[in-house]
Amino acid sequence: MNWLRELARRLGMLMHRRQFDTDLEEEMRLHLELRQQQQIECGMAPDDARAAARRGFGNVTSLKEKSHMTWGWEWFEQLVEDIRYGLRMLGKSPGFTAVAVLTLALGIGANTALFSVVNGVLLNPLPYPHPDQIVTMAGWFPGYGESSISYPDFRDWVRLNHVFSSLAAYRQDSFNLTGQGEAEQITTMDVSASFFALLGVNPILGRDFSSAEDQLGGPPAVILSGGFWKMKFGSSQEIIGKTLNLDGTDYTVVGVVPENFYFCCSSTGFRLSDVYVPIGASKDPPVRDRRMISAWAVGRMKQGVTLAQARADMDGVARSLGVAYPDTDKDTGIVVTPLEQVMVRYIRPYLLVLLAAVGFVLLIACVNVANLLLARSAGRGREFAIRAALGASQGRVIRQLLTESVLLAMTGGAVGLLLASWGTRAALAALPSVLPRTSDVRLDPRVLLFTLVISLAAGVLFGLAPALKTAHPDLHETLKEGGRGASGARYRAQNIFVVVEMALAVVLLIGAGLTIRTLVGLWSVSPGFDPHNVLSFRVGFPPSISNADASTIRASLRQFTEKIASVPGVSAVSLTTGAKPLDHESGLIFWREGQPKPPNEVSMPYALWYRVGPDYLKVMKIPLLRGRFLTAQDDANSPGVCVIDENFAQKFFGNEDPIGKRLNFSLVYTQPLQIVGVVGHVKQYGLDETANSPMQAQFYMSPLQLPDDQLKTWAVSATGYVIRTQDSPSAFAGAVRDALLEFDSKAALYQPETMDTIIARSLAARRFAMILLAVFAALALVLASIGIYGVISYIAGQRTHEIGLRMALGAQRSHVLKIVLGQGARLALLGVVIGLAAAAGLTRLMTTILYGVSATDPLTFSAVAIVLTLVALVACYIPARRAMRVDPVVALRYG
Amino acid sequence: MKRDEIPPGTLYLLILKTLARSGEMHGYEIANFIQRISDDILQVEEGSLYPALQRMLIKGWVTAKWGTTAGNRRARYYQLTAAGRKQLTVEMSQFERVIGAITRVIEAV
Repeated sequence: MNWLRELARRLGMLMHRRQFDTDLEEEMRLHLELRQQQQIECGMAPDDARAAARRGFGNVTSLKEKSHMTWGWEWFEQLVEDIRYGLRMLGKSPGFTAVAVLTLALGIGANTALFSVVNGVLLNPLPYPHPDQIVTMAGWFPGYGESSISYPDFRDWVRLNHVFSSLAAYRQDSFNLTGQGEAEQITTMDVSASFFALLGVNPILGRDFSSAEDQLGGPPAVILSGGFWKMKFGSSQEIIGKTLNLDGTDYTVVGVVPENFYFCCSSTGFRLSDVYVPIGASKDPPVRDRRMISAWAVGRMKQGVTLAQARADMDGVARSLGVAYPDTDKDTGIVVTPLEQVMVRYIRPYLLVLLAAVGFVLLIACVNVANLLLARSAGRGREFAIRAALGASQGRVIRQLLTESVLLAMTGGAVGLLLASWGTRAALAALPSVLPRTSDVRLDPRVLLFTLVISLAAGVLFGLAPALKTAHPDLHETLKEGGRGASGARYRAQNIFVVVEMALAVVLLIGAGLTIRTLVGLWSVSPGFDPHNVLSFRVGFPPSISNADASTIRASLRQFTEKIASVPGVSAVSLTTGAKPLDHESGLIFWREGQPKPPNEVSMPYALWYRVGPDYLKVMKIPLLRGRFLTAQDDANSPGVCVIDENFAQKFFGNEDPIGKRLNFSLVYTQPLQIVGVVGHVKQYGLDETANSPMQAQFYMSPLQLPDDQLKTWAVSATGYVIRTQDSPSAFAGAVRDALLEFDSKAALYQPETMDTIIARSLAARRFAMILLAVFAALALVLASIGIYGVISYIAGQRTHEIGLRMALGAQRSHVLKIVLGQGARLALLGVVIGLAAAAGLTRLMTTILYGVSATDPLTFSAVAIVLTLVALVACYIPARRAMRVDPVVALRYG
Repeated sequence: MKRDEIPPGTLYLLILKTLARSGEMHGYEIANFIQRISDDILQVEEGSLYPALQRMLIKGWVTAKWGTTAGNRRARYYQLTAAGRKQLTVEMSQFERVIGAITRVIEAV
């Protein structure tokens, strides 16, 4: 407590410094006068008495200072003084200040913006209590890899595990909502009753699901998302207990979850769900069948359980399921991953590369400002030499210069913060679908602290070299020569700066160049189909169709296809359920007829299962390689046929002719299907699909040939369509909707999107990274060329006298040009070489975001080297020309 | 007249003792008191009283308030606090220990 009182006394003194000084002065004056008076009384002459009193007292000024300093505030007072002086100095050269502040603002602003994204997406904990206990779980199948899981397996996980306090399954689904205005398709998540409690989310209205509702035959219940509740029901409190008609069934609304609740990862996409229904009550066959995988799981580990323990326990669960259900579960595994990792797994490498890049931009900005300061401090050499001559210590001068540079950096940081808050908002608005958790991106205290720290660090970084150089002047030389000098060693710092700047710019440009090459390469990759002029959409059929008998469903699907085909401008139409390129996966196991049936389902091969209409090839422009495609005649009354892709043929038939061979798909068809044709391979997983992507084999069959009992499951839920139009496919959404409503007023059309849009979206993260890297690299290029221009002009300016002398002695103008240009070129080349070496090391860290281009792509490396050298030469040419035009007479007289 | 510099570190002790004996005093009085009592042998560089007094103010050993002298002039009077009295005994015992040690060394020679 004593130190606290002492601090209070010290602070009190700081507040009343001026009073303190006058008090002290009065006290000392009284002392001296009383002493003088006493001496006079002792018989001294007044003047002698005064002198004696002063002698006995000591140096008044120094004693006052000592008394003042006892209170320990001199550092603060000096700082205030330095800041005041610094502000005055910066105000005196507004041009310099503006350029420096702006340069720093760009660097710091870019860093702040990107850090706020990284902070929101990667660093902030998930908005659930104890997020580190939450993991997601996926299945693992031999020969396939990570995948969704079957709900019956999930029920066994709940029963068999020892490490989770709670487990929940979830699954993306959709419903037709009727009775609330026009029929529409809404996004649903089927979840376990434990789902919300596990994540720590409480309904803001009503209650959570009960376990009775999470069972087959339980009362149909639905929980609304906050956004859906607000949009559809105007946040009405009366909604609880009302019913929603979803796919023809009345669901009772039991609760509403907060609007800001979201749960998304790669397995659910970034689309938020409108409503939630209990998964256990679902009659959907994929939920009930152990052979059908469509769900995912999330779990909360018990207190004290580590990830390794959870993994070990789930391995045990997987093994016992393999024993209990060898046909479906033998040799399968369970993949346990922290939720946080899953949510950002995809975007993480991009953000880290960008963060490194933006750090480089700030370094270049710092080097530039250091250059400016250095040039300026050379002009201030006399000022500091005089101060040093008057007794200022080097430390004191360095401190003052650093105060100035930190002031600059802080001002730059403040402006940068403004740029960042505006820029981040603009960037996120322009690129909505790229990032998960964008709602968590904001300028929070951590971001502000980051900005403060990098501003301070930048200030010290760029201020230190000039300060050290200024603080160690050769007093004698500087004062004598008045700032004129010609020795090369003087510019060593500037030279190093130019080299460093060039090297940094090379690394950034190469990074940007590689991502650009990646994207350009991807754009020219053929997806295996022609996405131009193709519109994709989904149709939700009303219960009158989806609940009807098989022949009505078949007739409706056929009639609707004909209806759309009659829309003017539509040249081909195809139904597509099941797998759809870049959109949806659906796989099926099979074995070749005539070969022994594999011992269990797990050991059967998989293939992507496209259920499409006869015109699918015409819509997608997929080449037919052999045989024929499906036709309108392949229907319920004709023998089952299928078409395979070239990879399927290659992998399972090799050199044999697959046409006429038969395949068993015993999960769905009782009779084998005959292969009637071979088509080209389609890049299901996007343009950047590689040979390691799961399920490379593909096959096509007609949904009309599905067995009656399977038809409802596979053909009517979320039926997709693709149409080829003569031009601008997006304009057809309206006409198609009209045709649909004419066909059935209770049907709903949703998600109309052109295939081009879908492909562009699949490259959005890459584009996001490429655009930002290109912006950063452009910034780096501009800053670096300004930097080299500044240094070369400065040095050339300082050498005016020497150049004048050379010319007076007969040097040609071209020779002068060569000297100045050569100096710049040497530095630039050195920088480029160092940069190339550094880039060769660093770009290896970004291989995860590259595709189709090597991290040390010689074309990118050499192009960047050439471009940068040329830019540097142009930047040096301007001062070189100026130097060439020097008039020797003027230079020698005034130089 | 020969005057001796006061041993280093004893200035606080002298001021504390002076104030303990005489209650309120201003700087000039403190300086005078020390010289007078020591028969003018201990010569404080009078000005150095003031930084020392500042230090004592910070430590809370003394308080200061403005008052009027007998000659009707404004002066700052210093007064010992409880903490100051405690500090005095600390400084006294420390001083005695040092002097005792020095004496023993001298007598041993």
